[in-house]
Amino acid sequence: MAVDEKTVAEVAHLARLQIDGELVSEYAREMSNVLALAETMNDIDTSDVEPMAHPTHAVQRLRDDAVTETNQREAFQQCAPSVEAGYYLVPQVIE
Amino acid sequence: MQWETVIGLEIHAQLATKSKIFSASSTDFGAEPNTQANAVDLGMPGVLPVLNREAVHMAIKFALATDADIGYRSVFARKNYFYPDLPKGYQISQMSLPIVGRGSVDVTLDDGAVKKVGLTRAHLEEDAGKSVHDAWQGQTGVDLNRAGTPLLEIVSEPDMRSAKEAVAYARKIHSIVRYIEICDGNMQEGSFRCDANVSVRLSGEKEFGTRAEIKNVNSFRFLERAINFEVERQIDILESGGEVIQETRLYDADKDETRSMRSKEEANDYRYFPDPDLLPVVVEQSLVEQLKQTLPELPEARKARLMQELKLPEYDAAVITADKATADFFESALDASGCTAKLASTWVTGELFSRLNKDGLDLSESPVDVERFSGLLARMHDNTISGKIAKQVLDQMWGSGSTADEVIDQEGLRQISDSSEIEKMIDDVIATNPSQVEEYRAGKEKLLAYFVGQVMKASRGKANPGQLNELLKQKLNS
Repeated sequence: MAVDEKTVAEVAHLARLQIDGELVSEYAREMSNVLALAETMNDIDTSDVEPMAHPTHAVQRLRDDAVTETNQREAFQQCAPSVEAGYYLVPQVIE
Repeated sequence: MQWETVIGLEIHAQLATKSKIFSASSTDFGAEPNTQANAVDLGMPGVLPVLNREAVHMAIKFALATDADIGYRSVFARKNYFYPDLPKGYQISQMSLPIVGRGSVDVTLDDGAVKKVGLTRAHLEEDAGKSVHDAWQGQTGVDLNRAGTPLLEIVSEPDMRSAKEAVAYARKIHSIVRYIEICDGNMQEGSFRCDANVSVRLSGEKEFGTRAEIKNVNSFRFLERAINFEVERQIDILESGGEVIQETRLYDADKDETRSMRSKEEANDYRYFPDPDLLPVVVEQSLVEQLKQTLPELPEARKARLMQELKLPEYDAAVITADKATADFFESALDASGCTAKLASTWVTGELFSRLNKDGLDLSESPVDVERFSGLLARMHDNTISGKIAKQVLDQMWGSGSTADEVIDQEGLRQISDSSEIEKMIDDVIATNPSQVEEYRAGKEKLLAYFVGQVMKASRGKANPGQLNELLKQKLNS
């Protein structure tokens, strides 16, 4: 599957990445190469293989439902660029 | 043209765990902003989510209560999108292997018919934080206390054909999650949120029309209104030759309309993939058996039992069993008072509920608890007081903390069942109303009510109504 320049632009937008216009075609070529490599796997019959969600065979461990965390707001908010009245402030977003 | 409405609902039920789904922060509602958001909830680098056992148990209970397939092996996935109240840039959810698979619920419609509504799936996921848009100029405030709160997203099949059916289904799910105590169901606080997928098509058409998803509906009443508005809007578009576009629309309760929020085509590329931070969740059959034992009697079964054992009319049984707390209150009051089921039902759903509604209270906040309420029912049952006096007694109990017996004794409200005393009052009334007596005896039988009223008045409402009627007829006809 070849990745065209339009797809590169779309993926960049979804990931909120800004890409230099002249690099778009280069990225398209490189991404196409990566996909071509992956496509060799399509030649293998995987109909009997269970889809893998995780490389280990371990299963998820569960924790008890208990509140053990205390309020650390002050410490956490020290690395925030802008806070007020306990809120983190960010540039306005309106849907 | 005859149009058919097709509705499917996505319900987010906030699970009633103490701590978050992937962290040990509290899920309590209403705390100061960001005081219940730890490093995991904030999406700090290097943290790992650890799944809350109770959230898994609650999802399995839901599966058991809705006859649904259990995902014995389920997988968490990342749903990627950018928004300030989602600090990681993805929401941990489930995609291809949810913890609850296909199920169904029976929904009783207004006309008494029962409709089976299919459940497509239900999956575990984390909630996002909250954004505050209007408090700062040009800035948005973010509170991450809610981030990481466990949700069960319950997805129905597109089986509903009207707003009323959709509401009946939503109420049913609401009732179930409260019965099995996995969600408090508080819609105002957002613990139970309904999104509706609505489309219309010509009757007889096989294919579904293009749907719009309605969000931001925080009551059953608004759900019905939002769907009805949306159906009208889509029919108007189609009848004037236009095309419905697939999009998310917000319901505005003040204007009673839905508004386009964003076009879904661009926004819904969530690029799900399995979350490498979480291993597959494996549910053992023994756990399922164990949880099955903890399930209470569910609304349908309880309703059937009340109808069969107590001979309650279907309507009464449905109202009482819709909410577990109401059903528990009713059955306790019935046991403690020894009164008839019909009397208990009438007084719980009538007098008690109307007073609670008037004061804006929940049953759990009732000024008259089940013990005192049973005392009142018992005094009606043994004819110490009439229903009319009982209303007066309940009013006084409401504001005082007194028992029914205390109010009855203090106010001297005990019903007069001594026939000689009642006869004496009847004689007085007959003596002072000679012309009405004459008219009655001449055939104007409607006047009986007048005499009953007069004697009741003389007894200050305390005469036993059955005895009074009988004695009065005897005297007037003699």
